[in-house]
Amino acid sequence: MPTTRRQFLSLAGGVTAAGTVPIVTLRPLEATPAMLNTAIRNVVGEAQIRTGRVKLDIPPLVENGNTVPMTVSVASPMTADDYVKSIHVFNEKNPQPNIGNFYLNPFSGRAQVSTRIRLADTQKVVAIARLSDDTFWQVMADVVVTLAACTEEMN
Amino acid sequence: MIVWRAIAAAILLVTGPALLAGEIPPDARRSGYSFMGPDTRAMQDDDTSNPGMLFVLDGEALWGKKMGDAGKACADCHGDARSSMRSVAARYPAFDKTLARPVTLDQRINLCRANHQQATPLPYESRDLLALSAYVAHQSRGIPITAGDDPQLKPFVDQGRDLFMQREGQLNLACTNCHDDNFDKRLAGAPVTQAQPTGYPLYRLEWQTLGSIERRLRSCMSGVRAQAYDYGSPELVALELYLMSRARGLPMETPAVRP
Amino acid sequence: MAALINVPAKAKRGDIIEIRTLTSHIMETGFRHTADGKLVPRDIITSFTCRYNGTEIFRADLFPAIAANPYLSFFTVAKESGKFEFEWIGDNGYSSTASASITVE
Repeated sequence: MPTTRRQFLSLAGGVTAAGTVPIVTLRPLEATPAMLNTAIRNVVGEAQIRTGRVKLDIPPLVENGNTVPMTVSVASPMTADDYVKSIHVFNEKNPQPNIGNFYLNPFSGRAQVSTRIRLADTQKVVAIARLSDDTFWQVMADVVVTLAACTEEMN
Repeated sequence: MIVWRAIAAAILLVTGPALLAGEIPPDARRSGYSFMGPDTRAMQDDDTSNPGMLFVLDGEALWGKKMGDAGKACADCHGDARSSMRSVAARYPAFDKTLARPVTLDQRINLCRANHQQATPLPYESRDLLALSAYVAHQSRGIPITAGDDPQLKPFVDQGRDLFMQREGQLNLACTNCHDDNFDKRLAGAPVTQAQPTGYPLYRLEWQTLGSIERRLRSCMSGVRAQAYDYGSPELVALELYLMSRARGLPMETPAVRP
Repeated sequence: MAALINVPAKAKRGDIIEIRTLTSHIMETGFRHTADGKLVPRDIITSFTCRYNGTEIFRADLFPAIAANPYLSFFTVAKESGKFEFEWIGDNGYSSTASASITVE
C-alpha cells in the first residue's frame, strides 16, 4: 500500500517527538547486532562462549565517546599450561563491530590490557578471552554515551 | 540536534530571574578539572597517559631546532626553557610595547619567528604551533595565573569583559549566562563549567587532539549560533585576556585534558 | 612524531611489570565526511608489537574504534636485563618504532 502524505507526516512527527531526527541513509551507519555476532563468530568459530572470568572496566557513563578508557582483565594463573592466549573486544553500534585483538602468552604475568576506545553511541561492549585450553569466556557492559562523538564539524 | 534543543532549553533556564551577571568571587573560582569525572582526571594526572604530553615532547624537539633564514633555534636565544619559560604563560596574553596591544603566546611565538628567526608564521592550530605553545606553557604548570596585572592592559581586559557579558548569536546568549550564572548545571548531559582557561593548549577528548583557547571560544560561538571571530582577532585576544585575568591565582595545568 | 613509553627502569627477576605506551596518530576512521561531503579515507594504526630482547611478548590488532593517539597498557614478567622494542604499523605504509631499557636484578 502506498504511503499517503498524512501517514508520512504523522510518522515523521512521531519520530521527531521522540527526540531523534530522521536520517535517510543508503548503507548501515552502525554495526548491527548481526554484524557483531558475525565478528564474534569470526574469532571463536562454533565454540561455546561462557560467561565469567573476564572483567571489563569501563565507565558506565562516559564524558565523551571519542576517548573512552577501558581495561579488560581475565582471572588466570598465567602459567605455562594455564594462560590467556588472547582478548578480543567488540562493540554493538559503531560503524564496525571490532575494537581490538590483544595477544598474550604465559610470560605476560597478568592477563590485563588497557586502551582508549571510541563509542559512537550508547551501546554494549563485549570482551571475550581465549584461554590456553581454547575455551572462550565473555563479559558484556552497557555504556551510556552522553554526547555523541564527532559533534564539531571538520575544518 | 539534541544539543541544540538542550541549548534552547538552557535559554529558558537563563532568562529566568537569575539573569543578572554576577562575577564569581575569587575563592569560588574552580578549574574545569573539578567538573570532570575520575577517568578524565586520571588521564590528565599521569604524564605517561596524558596525550597532551605527546605535543609537549614535539614542542621540546622544536625548541631546539634551528629555523628560518636566521638559522636560529628558540633555545639559541632563550636557553633552557625549563628555567627561561617558567611562569611566562601564566602572564599571557601580555602587552607588546611595539604593537601597543596584548599578544597571545601563539602570537608571541610567531613574532619571534618573524623578527628573530626570519621564518614564516605557523598557522593557528597547526601541530607545530600547538606543540611549541604547549611546551612553553607546560613550564608554568602549577604556577598561579597573573595575566592582566599590567596596568597597560586595562582597556583590553575591559573590552574582553564586555564581550563576555554581551549576548550574541541566534540563541542570544552571553558567555556569562552559562559560565558565571549557571556553572555546575548540565547542558546536554555535560557539566557547565566556569570557563577558567587554566590548561591551554589542552587535549579535548572531543577533538582527539590538542587545541587552543581560540578554538574553544570559536566552538562556543558556533554553539550559540554566532559568527565566530577569526583566529588572532582583537576580540578573541581580548576575551582570552579577560578569561585569564578572571582566573587569577588558579594554577596552570598545561596540558590539561578535558571532555 | 612523539611516543611516550613507560617501562620501569629497574625490576627484580620474576616481577610482573606494567608497560604503557602512547603514540601520536590521528586514527582517522574512514567513516567521516568533510563539510562538502567527501569521505575522509581511513588512516589508522593496524598493528602494535612489543618485543623483549627480540621475543614477541605482546601484540595487538587495532581497528578504527581505537581512539586517536593510541594508548596501550599491558604486562610482562621481568626475566632479564635488556631492551623492549615497540613497533606500530598502519595504513599508507605507516611505521614507527621506539625502545626502552630495563635492568633486572
